[in-house]
Amino acid sequence: MEPTKTNSSFEPVIIGFTCNWCSYRAADMAGMARMKYPTNIRLIRVMCSGRMDPLFVLKAFASGADGVLITGCHPGDCHYIEQNYKALRRFLLMQRTLEQMGIEPGRLKLVWASASEGAKFTDEVIKIIDEVRLLGPLNWPAGQEMEMLPESIFDTEAAMEEEA
Amino acid sequence: MTTNAKPKFAMYWASSCGGCEIAVLNIHEKLLEVDEAFEVVFWPVAMDAKVKDVEALPDQSITLTLFNGGMRTAENAEMAHLMRRKSQILVAFGSCACEGCIPGLANLSSIQSMLDYNYSGSPTTENPQDIRPQTNWEAPEGKLHLPALFSVLQTLDQVVPVDYFMPGCPPESKQIAAVIDLVVQALHGQGTLPGRGATIGAGLSTVCDECPRTRNAKQIHKFMRVQNVQEIDPALCLLEQGIPCNGPATRSGCGALCPNASAQCAGCYGPAEGVIDYGARLMSAFASVIDSNDPVEIGHILDGIPDPAGQFYRFNLAKSLLRASKQAWIGYDGRQEDK
Repeated sequence: MEPTKTNSSFEPVIIGFTCNWCSYRAADMAGMARMKYPTNIRLIRVMCSGRMDPLFVLKAFASGADGVLITGCHPGDCHYIEQNYKALRRFLLMQRTLEQMGIEPGRLKLVWASASEGAKFTDEVIKIIDEVRLLGPLNWPAGQEMEMLPESIFDTEAAMEEEA
Repeated sequence: MTTNAKPKFAMYWASSCGGCEIAVLNIHEKLLEVDEAFEVVFWPVAMDAKVKDVEALPDQSITLTLFNGGMRTAENAEMAHLMRRKSQILVAFGSCACEGCIPGLANLSSIQSMLDYNYSGSPTTENPQDIRPQTNWEAPEGKLHLPALFSVLQTLDQVVPVDYFMPGCPPESKQIAAVIDLVVQALHGQGTLPGRGATIGAGLSTVCDECPRTRNAKQIHKFMRVQNVQEIDPALCLLEQGIPCNGPATRSGCGALCPNASAQCAGCYGPAEGVIDYGARLMSAFASVIDSNDPVEIGHILDGIPDPAGQFYRFNLAKSLLRASKQAWIGYDGRQEDK
């Protein structure tokens, strides 16, 4: 399937966190059924969506991801009984914090997908890629700016002479 | 400047409130030991010495420098480089130098929007000519040059290498005294200093570990600001009572002062050992204890935290993984002229 959106020069990088028991199997299912989705998403398997520390999301954004997709078992279906609800609460809280940081809510999504929902998984991946493509690159600078400021830029006398 | 054989001590403030200096003075008679063990060569709040005096010292000649304050202006960073060059042991002293502290919350906004608000937008400002701070000004006496503001406030260790971190807003006086003892002992060969980059004058665990309040399985139905709580149970965990207490992620070392006084931990001692992103740890902890599985109800409960970034990153924003909001990062080039 071709990416549908207009801005062809920008290829968003999406980090996808899938839970071992449902949504990773959904991705597997999509593969086995030869369903296609663009390669913009990089999947990382975790044991449960409840394993998703908000740290992982922040790290992804700070390291250059344009979007993050968290997927888990449907409510009531969690392999660990109710940890996906924990993921839901963390997701809702994170979205509020990220919005204050200037990261649009569309860049972080939570999706439930059971092991048989390969088609749904494919659809959701395409959806977030399209949405993030419209939002444009995030290019978070924190990761790149970690090196220290060189002392030379504080040479105020030289700066004054230059201006004079 | 007179010099003697005693090891030299300096303390400097960058973008900070001055509370760290007061905390050092608060070590009371211990201050006499500092004077006995060290020659104070530079400490703007306590004595008269000029920057040129420090510049005249040989490199590495100051044994111990306590540096408080974040890097808000080019001048702050210039002083950080100077003190680094002149010091053997440079300590990021207090929350501002370690992790940005309250001044670091400015990283949520762009410099332009802050100047707009403070020089024209705020209800108490009257500035009909829209006068703004300038970095250069022609005065009759000559050209004046003021340091430029950075668009993103940085911590001390984001600008120069730092030997030790001493957290707290301000660091507790007994912790300061203990650190000074340690350095004095090390100078006399009676003790060893911890490895470079260590956090000193604080514990390794969390404020919860020092807090005497009883903790049960937490189930939160509502978050409330502490002043809106009718009656605070003096023996029960504040978080369990719906008061957003930052203790679960905050480094121990203060003796749980605030929870002991029925006020929530604000998090001034920074992240506990091993916590990579302070706010992430708190978001994780808070979300875990909300007693609801319904998105709408969860939303209502979360409404009790109207300013999540301010709640979870009050002291730590400049040192967090994201460090600043997108608004503040835009146009970041390390040095921003504000006009």
